[in-house]
Amino acid sequence: MAITTALPDELAARATAPMSYGKTVAWRLARDPATLVAGAVLVLIVLSAVLAPWLAPYDPNAGSIRLRLAPVGAPAHLLGTDEQGRDMLSRLLWGGRMTLVAALTPVVIGFVLGTGLGVLAGYVGGLTNTLVMRTMDIFYAFPAVLLAIAISGALGPGLPNTLISLSIVFVPRVVRVAESATVQVKSLEYIAAARASGAGVRAIVRHHLLANVLGPILVFASTQVSLSIILAAGLSFLGLGVTPPAAEWGLMLNTLRQSIYVNAVVPALPGLAIFVTSMAFNLLSDGLRDAMEIRA
Amino acid sequence: MSTANGTPPLLEVLRLRKHFPLRGGVLQRIHAWVRAVDDVSFDVYPAETLGIVGESGCGKSTLARLILRLIEPDAGTVRFAGEDVRGASPPRMKRLRRDMQLVFQDPYASLNPRLTIEDAVAFSLLVHGTPRAEARERARAMLGRVGLDPRLYGRRYAHELSGGQRQRVNIARALVLDPRLLVLDEPVSALDKSVQAQVLNLLQELKAERALTYVFISHDLNVIEYVSGRVLVMYLGEVVETGTADALARSPKHPYTQALFASAPSLDPDRRMERPPLAGDPPNPIDPPSGCRFRTRCAFAMPRCGQAPPALREVGATHEVACYLYEAEAAVAR
Repeated sequence: MAITTALPDELAARATAPMSYGKTVAWRLARDPATLVAGAVLVLIVLSAVLAPWLAPYDPNAGSIRLRLAPVGAPAHLLGTDEQGRDMLSRLLWGGRMTLVAALTPVVIGFVLGTGLGVLAGYVGGLTNTLVMRTMDIFYAFPAVLLAIAISGALGPGLPNTLISLSIVFVPRVVRVAESATVQVKSLEYIAAARASGAGVRAIVRHHLLANVLGPILVFASTQVSLSIILAAGLSFLGLGVTPPAAEWGLMLNTLRQSIYVNAVVPALPGLAIFVTSMAFNLLSDGLRDAMEIRA
Repeated sequence: MSTANGTPPLLEVLRLRKHFPLRGGVLQRIHAWVRAVDDVSFDVYPAETLGIVGESGCGKSTLARLILRLIEPDAGTVRFAGEDVRGASPPRMKRLRRDMQLVFQDPYASLNPRLTIEDAVAFSLLVHGTPRAEARERARAMLGRVGLDPRLYGRRYAHELSGGQRQRVNIARALVLDPRLLVLDEPVSALDKSVQAQVLNLLQELKAERALTYVFISHDLNVIEYVSGRVLVMYLGEVVETGTADALARSPKHPYTQALFASAPSLDPDRRMERPPLAGDPPNPIDPPSGCRFRTRCAFAMPRCGQAPPALREVGATHEVACYLYEAEAAVAR
């Protein structure tokens, strides 16, 4: 019989197992400098936000009338002070905490709810699909910024309301991606094969469907983080988000903007922080998408 | 249909029908039906291979899915070992699924890209409650049996294998449940000729070794002739001729079967053709011709062919054809 590929035992023993999927992704990421740098920057930003109470040299809300709008590099204030004489470094560190919470929470909520609804709509199909997807279309019809402003405006300012309004922005977006990925995977023959072997809906969704749709959804959600940061900061900037005197990058940008003719560098710092963070999230999600691709 | 030896059939398909609705417009109203499978009946006896042959789009794959109840038929019955598959309760259906398995056509889409092949094969066993360690052991043994050394290939992913290797994995996945009936939906048509032969030989070996019954679907007459005992010829969702592979090869009756055999490539220079035996594409199954569906391409079409569809008639022992040309012969045979 010429068709077997059986190996002599000594050769088989030496055959190394091929790389697992996780290892392959890690291997590719390790060879992608842009993604690595973006990841490192993000780790630094998240760490500095988490460790803000220990890293910040001053109380972020303690001001000084004498020391208003000190320039970057002023003695004792590395990044200067704002229009109320509060230390900018401390406020940027504390502000990162607030901005990241306000930006990441809605995306996480959107990811969880959106995946659930999208997979449900895609897998069940029919009337369920129509109901879920057309409801999402209603939200999707509004531009993201407008929707967030409208909901926040109706609910009033404050962090919890910001989280609610941004979650409403992100759920429909994730549902769309999850639904289309599910519909596509559902029609593949390995799902039919699993059904033919007697597997129930739960086993199929858990072992065959989710594993193949979570990747693209995760990558999409990570691209939304940068938008979320801008939206969260934008809401604060408009006075619909976090309320003063709390430090938040968007809010800081708003209050400092009147001082731009007095000191141009200090008001730009929160903007720079927003830019660097959202850029890093974008680069990271791009790199993740490339690394997670299955290549034959 | 009945056999001489009187054993009951393993699979009975009776007047099976599936029409797919075509929807359009804002209201998603049904404006047409695709008649994928129309009143198809046949029996499959234990340990035989029934070949089903026909052009692309004639409803072969739909038929395979209907037999396995992966889609629900509109009408008709499927009985497996005397049990009505269509009426089976969910737990009963789960049990039945162990006995009837399917090998798919596309070796790329039919394996989950996130599972190693031993996990893909073991999954079927886990579904039926086999303990994890035992399922893995049996999956690895099965992979070895289909010619993929589990020490070398077990931990690999589908995209790291060739088409032929993937099709072996598909066969292993189907057989690991120890089914009695295997429906093979174009199992080799996506493979190179040399690999086709290997996979076909493997299938023949496994069939003998495990006393399997095959329903073998293909558009390739050479493949069908090689593996099948009996052959069913389908055209646009209907059976036009059935008979033993020998009888069909020796004297194909239906003009469509004749054209199929005439178009099969041959190494014999005397059988070389200058012109194709059959012109045009099959008509659209959305709106098939009235009466005999083949009449639009048939060289022998008569006025009555357009009036009513011809029924299957016996023209020899276990040889049936649905064509008005053979009415007289059918009467004699009776």
